[in-house]
Amino acid sequence: MSFAAFAFYMFAITACIAGVLVVVSRNPVHSVLWLILAFFSSAGLFVLLGAEFVAMLLVIVYVGAVAVLFLFVVMMLDVNFAELRGELSRYTPIGLLIGVIIIMQLMFAFGSWEITEASLAARDAVAPAPEDVENTRALGEILYTKYILLFQAAGLVLFVAMVGAIVLTLRHREDIKRQDILAQIYRDPAKSIEMVDVKPGQGL
Amino acid sequence: MDELLREYLPILVFLGLAIALGLVLMLSAVIVAVRNPDPEKVSAYECGFNAFDDARMKFDVRFYLVSILFIIFDLEVAFLFPWAVSFGAVGVFGFWSMVVFLGVLTVGFIYEWRKGALEWE
Amino acid sequence: MAEFLQTPFGIFTIILAQCLLVTVCVLVALAFLMYADRKVWAAVQMRKGPNVVGPFGLLQSFADFIKYIVKEVVVPAGADKAVFFLAPMITFVLAVISWAVIPFNDGWVIASLNVGILYIFAISSLEVYGVIMGGWASNSKYPFLGSLRSAAQMISYEVSIGFIIIGVIISTGSLNLSHIVYAQQGDMGFLSWYWLPHLPMVVLFFVSALAETNRPPFDLPEAEAELVAGYQVEYSSTPFLLFMIGELMAVVLMCALITILFFGGWLSPIPFASDVPLLGDGLHWMLLKMGFFFFIFAMVKAITPRYRYDQLMRLGWKVFLPMSLAWVVIVAGLALYDVPGYARFPVEG
Repeated sequence: MSFAAFAFYMFAITACIAGVLVVVSRNPVHSVLWLILAFFSSAGLFVLLGAEFVAMLLVIVYVGAVAVLFLFVVMMLDVNFAELRGELSRYTPIGLLIGVIIIMQLMFAFGSWEITEASLAARDAVAPAPEDVENTRALGEILYTKYILLFQAAGLVLFVAMVGAIVLTLRHREDIKRQDILAQIYRDPAKSIEMVDVKPGQGL
Repeated sequence: MDELLREYLPILVFLGLAIALGLVLMLSAVIVAVRNPDPEKVSAYECGFNAFDDARMKFDVRFYLVSILFIIFDLEVAFLFPWAVSFGAVGVFGFWSMVVFLGVLTVGFIYEWRKGALEWE
Repeated sequence: MAEFLQTPFGIFTIILAQCLLVTVCVLVALAFLMYADRKVWAAVQMRKGPNVVGPFGLLQSFADFIKYIVKEVVVPAGADKAVFFLAPMITFVLAVISWAVIPFNDGWVIASLNVGILYIFAISSLEVYGVIMGGWASNSKYPFLGSLRSAAQMISYEVSIGFIIIGVIISTGSLNLSHIVYAQQGDMGFLSWYWLPHLPMVVLFFVSALAETNRPPFDLPEAEAELVAGYQVEYSSTPFLLFMIGELMAVVLMCALITILFFGGWLSPIPFASDVPLLGDGLHWMLLKMGFFFFIFAMVKAITPRYRYDQLMRLGWKVFLPMSLAWVVIVAGLALYDVPGYARFPVEG
C-alpha cells in the first residue's frame, strides 16, 4: 500500500468516526469540536486529490469561521440537552432508515455513473490542464471571466447574508452611553472650561 | 501530483512532532509535580466568594453578529485569493469583474455601518 | 548512506531531522526572546529586569521552564477535563506547525507549499480555538469572558490581515512565501522591497498583528485590571507554559511574516552586495530583521496604554477594514497599468 493510500484511509476513517461522534456526543460543544476534526480530515482528503486551494479554503472558511459561529451559538443556547437526548433515541430508527435510503440512492447513482466523452471535452475546453498550472491560478483564470455570472451571483448571496444577519440579530440598546469621537475631537476647550478664581476660605 | 504530496508530507511529520512535544511537556508536569488537590484549590477563581452558578452563561448576541460578519468577509477574502494570483491572466475584464463584486459588498458594508452594526456597545 | 537517503524511510528521516532542527532552534530562540522581551520592558521602566540566573540573567527562561514543570497541575472542579487540556495543546501545536512553510534562506524551507501564505492564514484563523476552548473548559467567569472577547477580537482583525496579504499577492502572483521574497529582489537593495510601495499596509499589518496575537495595547483578553488574566486564569504548570510558548511563538511568526511580506526575507538591504559574504543575502539578514521587529513588538508592549474594547472593535471594523479593502483596489489598479513596484513579478508556470 502506498503512502498516499495509507493517508487516504487514515483521513477517511477519521472523518467518518468524527462524523458519527458529532451526532452521538453528549455535550454540544464536544460535537462542534468533533465536527472540526471531520473538516480537518476532509481537508486532508482534498490535499490528497491535489486540490490544495480547496483544502486550505475548507480550513479557513469552515473551521476558522463557520465553526467559530457554531461554537458561539452552541455556547449561547440554553437548551436542556438531556431532554434532547431522550428525543434522539426516539428518532434513531427513522433516522437510520433515512440514512440507509440515502446510501442506497448514492450507490445506485454512482454505480451506473458514466462520464461521456462530450462532457470530458466540455470540461477540458474551459479548464487549463491540471498538470501545467497550480490549482489556485487555474481557478482564478476561469472564475472571474468565464463564470462571471456565477461569481457575481455569489457576491449577491453574500450581500443578502450580510443584510439578513443584521436584520435578524441587531438590537440597539438604549440604556448605554455611546462615544461620539468627532464630538470629542471638536470639543472647544474655551466653551467647556470655566476658570474661577476661588478666594481662600470661601469656596464656590 | 506526487511532488505536490511530497511537499505536504513534512507538514504531517511536523504535526506529529508538535503533538508529541506538547504531550511530553504536559505529561512531564503530571509525573514530576506533586498533585494535592483540595476543594478550595480546585474551586473556580472568584473575588472572595463562592461562584453563584455555572460560569458558562448566556452572552451578548453581538458576538454572534460579529462572527457572522466575519464569515462573510472571510469568504470575500477567499474569493480574492485566486483573483490576486491570476491577476495577470484575467486582465482588465477580471479587474472590473472583481470591482463589481467588491462594489456590491461595499454597499452591504455601508448598510452595516449606517445601521450601527459595527458599533460595540 | 547516500542510498539510504533515497529510500522512503531515508526521506522520512531527513524530514524528521529538518522538523526537529527548526523546532529546537525556534524554541531555544524563544527562550532568549522571552528574556529580551522582559529586558526591553524593564529598560523602558528603568528597572534592571531579570539579572540573577546565569550571566546577565541570560538563563532566566530556562529556570522558569524548570519551575513550570515542577508545579502542580490544578484542574478546576467544574472543568471539562478533555477540552481543558486540549486547549493549550492546540495553541502550542498550531504555533509550531506554522513554521513549516517559513523560508529562512533561499531554499531553506521544510515544506515549500504552493499555497504557503494561505496555510499561514488558515493556521492563524485556527488560533482562536485554543482561546475559546480554554476559556470555556475552565468553567469560571473570568476565563469565559476573556475568551469571548479574545475570539471576537482575533476574528475582527483577521479580515484586515487577509486583505493586506491580498495586496501583496497581486504584486507577486504567487502564494508561495519563497516566491514572495524572490519578487522583492532588485538592484536597489532595501528600496526594492515591498515596504515602500505598500507602506500604509505595513503599518496596518503590524497593528493587526498586535491585535491578532493579543499583544498590548490590544491585550484585552488578559486585561489584568478587569479580567485578572483572561482565559488563562485557571491554568497552571505546563499547560500554562504551552499557552505562553504558543502565544510568543505566534508573535515571532508575525515578525517572520512581516519580514517576508514587506522586508525582503533573507535579502540583503545593500544594493549589489548579494554575493559578498556577510553583507550578501542570507539567513543572518532574515534573523536580524525578525529580531528588529520583535524589538518593536517589545517596545510597543512597554510604551502603549491598553485600548478599550469598543475602541478596539471600532478600529478593526471601521478603520482597518475599509482602508485595507480600498488598498486592494488601488494596488490592483496600479498593477493593471504596470506601475513599477506594484507590477507583477513573473512566476514560472
